[in-house]
Amino acid sequence: MATLSLSTALSPTLALACAPLLTGIIAKTKAFFAGRKGPPLLQAYSDILKLLRKGAVYSTTTSWVFRAGPVVSLGALLACCLLMPFGALGAVLSFSGDILLFVYLLAVVRFFTVIAALDTGSPFEGMGASREVFFSALVEPVFLVCLLALSGPAQSFCFQDAIGKGAQISLVPALLAGFALVVVMLAENARLPVDDPATHLELTMIHEVMVLDHGGPDFAFITYGASLKLWLFGLIAVRAFLPLHAASVWIDVLCTSAGMVVIGIVIGTIESVTARLRLLRVPQLLAGAAALALLALLAQQGALP
Amino acid sequence: MSARPIYIRNCVPVPLADIPACDTGSFCALMQEELDSRARVAAYFGCPSGSRVRLIAAIAHSRDGTIALFSCKAGAEMPSLASSYPQLQLFEREIAEQYGISFAGHPWFKPVRFCAPFGSGRDLFDRRIGDADFFAVDGEEVHEVAVGPVHAGVIEPGHFRFQCHGENVFHLEISLGYQHRGVERLVAGAPRHAVRAIIETAAGDTTAAHTTAYCQVMESLASCEGPPRAHALRALAIELERCANHIGDIGALAGDVGFLPTASYCGRIRGDVLNATALLCGSRFGRGILCEGGTAFDCDSGRLADLSRTVSTVKADFANAMDLLLNKSSVLARFENTGILTEADCRTLGVVGLAARASGIIADVRQDFAHGMYRFSHIPVVTHEQGDVFARAFVRFGEAMHSLDFVKELCAGLPEGGTRAACGPLAPNSLAVSLVEGWRGEVFHAAVTGDDGRLTRYKIVDPSFHNWNGLAFALRNQQISDFPLCNKSFNLSYCGYDL
Repeated sequence: MATLSLSTALSPTLALACAPLLTGIIAKTKAFFAGRKGPPLLQAYSDILKLLRKGAVYSTTTSWVFRAGPVVSLGALLACCLLMPFGALGAVLSFSGDILLFVYLLAVVRFFTVIAALDTGSPFEGMGASREVFFSALVEPVFLVCLLALSGPAQSFCFQDAIGKGAQISLVPALLAGFALVVVMLAENARLPVDDPATHLELTMIHEVMVLDHGGPDFAFITYGASLKLWLFGLIAVRAFLPLHAASVWIDVLCTSAGMVVIGIVIGTIESVTARLRLLRVPQLLAGAAALALLALLAQQGALP
Repeated sequence: MSARPIYIRNCVPVPLADIPACDTGSFCALMQEELDSRARVAAYFGCPSGSRVRLIAAIAHSRDGTIALFSCKAGAEMPSLASSYPQLQLFEREIAEQYGISFAGHPWFKPVRFCAPFGSGRDLFDRRIGDADFFAVDGEEVHEVAVGPVHAGVIEPGHFRFQCHGENVFHLEISLGYQHRGVERLVAGAPRHAVRAIIETAAGDTTAAHTTAYCQVMESLASCEGPPRAHALRALAIELERCANHIGDIGALAGDVGFLPTASYCGRIRGDVLNATALLCGSRFGRGILCEGGTAFDCDSGRLADLSRTVSTVKADFANAMDLLLNKSSVLARFENTGILTEADCRTLGVVGLAARASGIIADVRQDFAHGMYRFSHIPVVTHEQGDVFARAFVRFGEAMHSLDFVKELCAGLPEGGTRAACGPLAPNSLAVSLVEGWRGEVFHAAVTGDDGRLTRYKIVDPSFHNWNGLAFALRNQQISDFPLCNKSFNLSYCGYDL
């Protein structure tokens, strides 16, 4: 099942190397809509390097849990990268049920982020943690149903067959799942309209407030981890919209890469033209995504005309 | 016999002896009678008088355009009226803090700014800043969130205590005083050279309104009527200040809900208005142009034409930015029904200015207590009945548009003549009151002179002093995540309150 070759090694390498670029594309798009020049495309890399060179400051009320949070989270996300194929480029690790492992690894990321936040004892971080846990409990099943629909035709719960070279899903369920996955991506990655990554107002934050007390290399890990997570979710959404069987692996890779650029622009556009939802309304948005995901599953099963 | 207050007009001085001095009982009766007649307390302050303290109440009657004044010599203890008239509660606490007079029966007797008493007054509280009792809600699942005084953004310091149940806010208590500089005490002893600079920074974003109020108070005590051109230039400065702040705040409201286009455009347009202010006086925040007796310098026709052109562009750009905002359903979903302040609460708390107008109260100093340029040139009063964030944004929009028209009109026909009249010595043993509609609301200044014609007491009431409690009430039963949005829709001043 573990097949390490040049082409499979490329999938995680691309993720590790290009993930911060995706945030750069989003920032550029937002700057365009705001009539600004915006930060350089590679700003996220500079930020991460800058943070890595800094020292960290720890509150005396925190314990090892607080320090473990960013490290464990990044570790789990790196493991996620091994499971993810980049289009026709296979994944390093692939087996039936790897989707479940992926979901559980993300749960580990969330768990450690949340307990590191709670470890500070700050009411802000507690509030953020509470919101994060509430919303992710709603997002997780939607995500699983989407992947169930995508992997249905291959009869295996495996990324390779759901969104990789083994994808066989037809157009309608793929599109339905794709739209649901875009909502999942926005919610899981603390993007508008669910969360506002640019706000400085602690009381309104969800994800950002949980990491307020981290600094230096820890925060570099968190920032890099966040861009990896966005990359992985973006990739899943792109592949749902691109169930293609290209003649050549490299055409497929090219299309997927173009798709990643497009998804960055789409996120940036959504963030520019909509206001953030009230927190009370977020479950309604997620319920809409759940409905789409269920329709995708039904359509894939042939239950819909 | 029952004492009657003396009714005066905005910027008309009155000899101290003419202000009725009542005993404690009739003072309280008079206060009740005045406040029952739909009037609002503009200020209630202590003033040294011999070895004792004289309490002076200034009640604003918006409908008649008069200010009722009455006073009493206070003992060590006064009965508190705050339970029946909540708009008095902060004033009573302020008097207690400044002069050591305790108010029996005050429901929430605690320091306002944590400052030392004036002169040799008794220190009733003797506490360090922030060291106070806070209202707490008991019960399972109720939790307390404390925010500030150090915040994540570059904003002024203030401490906020939320009593929450999950995301729902039961109660918010606001504790300020971190920027107390002793402005009122620094001004006493005027006329002095540095005073104008102190007043200009009483609340840095309301420079023009505060300085105008100060100049009008000094001029009325000196019986000096400034030339018409000076009045017009002052009105220009005040209205430009209003536009800059309203436009900036609407941009910030858009930013708070994550709506970028309007946030960015308004940020830029605000800069244009500030630059236009700099065209007028060399300072983007309107410093240095106003002075006792008029304005420090004139504005030539070339710059007026420039100003007029800028204002036209600003108006078009701002209308566009607002069009984007008001036609976005996701923005309206956030603004509407968020942070509602009812008209009844507004009246009980004595809320002033745009927050009151957004709750349906028709009150505007420019109309009710018109002085200076506003006697000749009128700006329509903008109101809304909803009392929510949307209403406050909409009132700002309307006011900014009217002010831009007003500025344009003034630029075209600025009165001819000089800009400064000599401001002589002040009348001794007198009191003068000046009200100006700043961009947040009513700016109140009062000056009391002694035997030598120098100020023995200077009183400033920034609109924020009235309105902070309005914000606390608007947040009841709201989501705590909506606090920044509500807060920005009021955008109250910390240093204007702290003085």
